Parts: sequence; structure tokens; C-alpha cells
Amino acid sequence: MTSPSHRSIQLRGRAFRALVLAPESPLSEWLAGLDAALGRSRTLFDGRPVILDVAALALPKPDLYRLMAEIYARGIRILGIEGANPLHADVDLPPFLVGGRPTTNIEVPEIAPPGPVSLMIEGSVRSGQSVVHPTGDVTVMGSVSSGAEILAGGSIHVYGALRGRAIAGAARNPRARIYCRKFEPELLGIDRLVRTAEDIGPSFRGQSAQIWLDAGAIRIASLD
Amino acid sequence: MAKVLVVTSGKGGVGKTTTTAALGAALAQGGASVAVVDFDVGLRNLDLVMGAERRVVYDLINVVNGDAKLNQALIRDKRLDTLHLLPASQTRDKDALTDEGVAKVMDELREKFDWVICDSPAGIERGATLAMRHADLAVVVTNPEVSSVRDSDRIIGLLDSKTLKAERGEKMEKHLILSRYDPARADRGDMLKIDDVLEILSIPLLAIVPESLEVLRASNVGCPVTMNNPLSAPARAYIDAARRLKGETVAMSVPSDKKSLINKLFTRRAA
Repeated sequence: MTSPSHRSIQLRGRAFRALVLAPESPLSEWLAGLDAALGRSRTLFDGRPVILDVAALALPKPDLYRLMAEIYARGIRILGIEGANPLHADVDLPPFLVGGRPTTNIEVPEIAPPGPVSLMIEGSVRSGQSVVHPTGDVTVMGSVSSGAEILAGGSIHVYGALRGRAIAGAARNPRARIYCRKFEPELLGIDRLVRTAEDIGPSFRGQSAQIWLDAGAIRIASLD
Repeated sequence: MAKVLVVTSGKGGVGKTTTTAALGAALAQGGASVAVVDFDVGLRNLDLVMGAERRVVYDLINVVNGDAKLNQALIRDKRLDTLHLLPASQTRDKDALTDEGVAKVMDELREKFDWVICDSPAGIERGATLAMRHADLAVVVTNPEVSSVRDSDRIIGLLDSKTLKAERGEKMEKHLILSRYDPARADRGDMLKIDDVLEILSIPLLAIVPESLEVLRASNVGCPVTMNNPLSAPARAYIDAARRLKGETVAMSVPSDKKSLINKLFTRRAA
């Protein structure tokens, strides 16, 4: 039997700024406020240490479990509990902490949920109408008439006839494509390349087609 | 409750005024009280086609400005006392039309009549947008040729965005009248086919009005074609259109003048 070598382990210190949740009674109102904050900023607690400060509540143990469950249900993980009765400590509760030092309050940042990146048009785009959507794809369920134009940051999908102008990838996106059920465009553009009907010629006229950029050249292929 | 109908097209010379007069007369012949309103301020024509040009005292601009009462400006048709005309002013231009003034006149007309038919000027400017603004439904007049079809497409876009109904988020009812259609030329490929026009515009078809000398003849004598010669091909097309507007189901056909007189009589009886 060999005696184990007692190598001393090193305990390193690390400081994180923890968020402190300090519930107040009545709890139902406080939880509603928490929901509102989460609604404004969904990722508020993601990846941050969160401390639960229950000093203001003097909760019996079952109520502490109930509160933990409510917080857990909102997707918030608690690193430690502060200000609880030390006798309530248990293995299925986060560790009870002492000696925290308060720092400044943290404002709930306003993070708007991301808007829809693709634009959906149920009907047709008529002559003279212009649809400009620089942040994503445009889908048209009807036709794009002669004299109408679509300008999209992403791809363009036309489930009717494409008779007007379609410019995809306007946000310098050479990977954007144009798809249409019936190919009769006046002008096509992807990224900064443009072809007029005369350049394109009659070969794909009336067919369903896709248009993409290949090594700096506009390519057209039938989808049939 | 009155229905306000705008007859519009974008392009000029396709038959808006002829259609306004013919539909107005056809609806009035069916017993409804009808007002036809000329919005073509500065280039009025509807009074000529209706044969009322020598009876105009006050006009739409006078009523809009409050210089005359609506009743003073309305001209009752001599042949059909349920048909009335509100003429446009020839000496002014479209800038004389105010939004509030037009709204007030349209409200008054709505109270008085079963049908109010607004004859829109060509173009997409103030006159045309004001003519369509208060409409409940639109009749888009299109000739089977590419420039007319594209202009109509533009007008349909405006009907779906610039009318009060569209701004309230309601669906604007639109119908297509394909006018000056010549089946022989369409067959030869000299003219767009009906299906091509319908596919491009994708609104329901109200009537196909064949190219006919009867239209010219009727406007020369100042009488709506449906009154001047009700048996002629364009008149039958417009009479059927009026019945469809009233909600009747009438089989769609391209009326022709080439039938014998007996045949025509039978067609009328069957209708």
C-alpha cells in the first residue's frame, strides 16, 4: 500500500457580477413583474449567475420550494440563495450563500424580438407598385406584373408569373436567388448584376425557372 | 343602400365614357334610379354621349364649391326618367375638386339613388383617384392590347390601395369589361386573347364588348348604346353586364352583330 502523495490543490478565485433576484410580497405581483421583464428581454438571464435573495420574505421551507419551482419554470437557473433560514438548507436546493456585497443595479435592456425576416405578399404586385424589403426574402403568391418591381435583400419567390422587375440579393448577397412559376421578366438582378429582357432572350419564356449567380454571371435554369 | 361604382381604366380612349353611359342606361332601364357622374373636369364628354350637352347649367364643381345645390346640377334624362347626369365642368381643371367637397356630394348622391356611376378621367392623377375614392366597386375597362392592359393593372393596384374601402382594410370589388374586342383579329393573333388579359389582370370578367360601329353611331346621336339600339352587339353585352352587376347569373358570350334579325329577337326573348 503506497501512501498517496498529498499534492495541495490550488483554489483559484474568480469574480462574476451576479444578478440578484429579490422577490417581494405579494409574490404573484412580483412574478408578473418578472414575466414582463422577460417579455422585454428574453435573454436577460442567459449565461449569467443568478442569486435569489429571500431576506425580505422569511419563507417557510415549502414556500421556498414553490418559489424555486416558479423561477425554474421561467427558465432561470439559480446559482445560490441568500438570506434564507440556514436550517432550510437541503441537497436539492442551491447552496445558501453569505457575505455577498451589493453593487450597482442592472437595467433590464430592451431587446426587441427579431422581426420576420421574410416578407409574404398574398396577392399580386400590380404595375407601378414597388416592394422593397432589404432585410430578407420576398414571397409573392400571385404574379408580379409588367411595370412592377420587387427588391429584396434575400431571395425572391414568385408563385405566379414574373413579368416585372426582380432584384434579389440587393444587400450585397450573391447567394440570393430568384424563383418563379412563369418566367417573363422585364429585368432581373442579383447582387449588383442586372439583365434586361433583351439580354435574357426568349429561351425560358413561360417556363418555371430559377435564376442565380455563378462566378459573377447570371444563370437561368428551368425548374421543370 | 346605394352602390357607388367607378368606371376606370388608366388609359384614355378605351371606352370608359361609353361604358358609363351604357351601364347607367341599362341599370335605369331595369327600373333602378341611377346617377352618372362625370369626373373628367376640364375634358367633359359624358354630357355629349348622354345627349344632354345643351341642358347643362350647373356642374360638379359648382356643387363641390357649394355654389349650387345637387338638385340644381342633376340633369334628368329625357328618354328615361330614372336616369340622371351630374356633368363635369369644362372650364375648370381637376385641382378644383376638393376631398371634402367630393365626399359631401358622394354622400348626397348615395342617399338619392340606387346606383351612382362615376366616369373616371384617364390617368392616375387627382381626378382619377378622387373618382375611385368613394367607390364600393369598380369596373375596369380594358382593350385587348398590351398598353391598355398594363395601365389597367396599375389602376387595379391603386383601387386596392388608394380607395376609402381599401384604407379601411376591406376588399375592393373589381370587374373587368373587355371592350373593342374583335374575335377575328384575336384569332389571327393581332390582338391579345381574352384568356391572356384575364390571366394578367386576374379579376372577374363582367362583359366582353365587341368592336362595333354601333358605339360610334350612338355617341354621335347622343344616346347611350343600350338605349339607341338595344339589339346591337355592344348593347347586349352592356345589358348582360348590368344584370351581372345586380347579381344575376348570365352566361358569358361574345355578342355578335352578324346574326339574323330573327335570331337576335330570340336571343332577346331568352335573356
